[in-house]
Amino acid sequence: MSNDNVVMDEVDTRLLKLTQDGIPFVHSPFAIISEELGITEDEVVQRIEQLQKNGFIRRFGASIGHRAIGITANAMCTWNVPDERVEEVGAVMAGFTEVTHCYERPRYPDWPYNLFTMVHSYTKEDCEYVAQEISRATGITDYNLLYSVREFKKTGVRL
Amino acid sequence: MIQLDDIDKNILNLIQLDFPLDVHPFEKMSFQLGISEEELLERMGRLKEEGAVRRIGPVINTKRVGGTSTLVALKAPESKIDEIAELINQHQEVSHNYLRQADYNIWFTVSAANKERLEQIINDLQEETGCPLINLPTKRLFKIGVKFDVK
Repeated sequence: MSNDNVVMDEVDTRLLKLTQDGIPFVHSPFAIISEELGITEDEVVQRIEQLQKNGFIRRFGASIGHRAIGITANAMCTWNVPDERVEEVGAVMAGFTEVTHCYERPRYPDWPYNLFTMVHSYTKEDCEYVAQEISRATGITDYNLLYSVREFKKTGVRL
Repeated sequence: MIQLDDIDKNILNLIQLDFPLDVHPFEKMSFQLGISEEELLERMGRLKEEGAVRRIGPVINTKRVGGTSTLVALKAPESKIDEIAELINQHQEVSHNYLRQADYNIWFTVSAANKERLEQIINDLQEETGCPLINLPTKRLFKIGVKFDVK
């Protein structure tokens, strides 16, 4: 589907830089960008579609301030999974709809947890319930839930 | 916390994954929602102001655009948490930064144009903060798909 050989041209790069902080909420949000780039608004939209198709952007859409709307229980759940089971267990964890992110990361002497899942919910009880369900489904019992206490920064990844 | 009616919730659910790529995206959305574009823009303005919507834009795939990123966990002494969080935030390449309840209490993500730059930022932060930290780059990605189901 996505073609890894395709590279971004200079216009694409400038387009991403011009949109990465967000488009204005107006009838023609791409008008100013099209003027800056010297291409039509239609081409701006087509280029965004291509960037998405070729995997440079994951999606074009809204980032939600989840705290503002009450989704305040955000748990990073970290799991100590035997190395030989990572592939299988990671797939099971990713299959939970409540899990928004799932990664394998390295261990350290004072940090044995190698699988990370993120769960965003309205209550801590919800997060704990999901973690228990994951534990039950995978048999992994060495885990902990790291709730975010404060948010110091949250922006999109920038070019 | 912001009060949301059903239309607001529909808007929030729609603009995350199904924001229409169109020259007039809000007009298109307003048809789907059954409200006028004017009302939609008014509601969007309020949702932005109240912090429910941060931005509408591209979610960049760092790796695919040639960059690299990582997650770092740092042990900050209780009394210096604010100061250290501020030092970390000063780096433009830091996109997320959270205080969490654990021995490693500050967790942040760093994205950079290349590996050398990434390592430099981490080394700088190690020096600036003087705190123990661990670098936790993704070894394998199983899922990345934030979509909040707004109820």
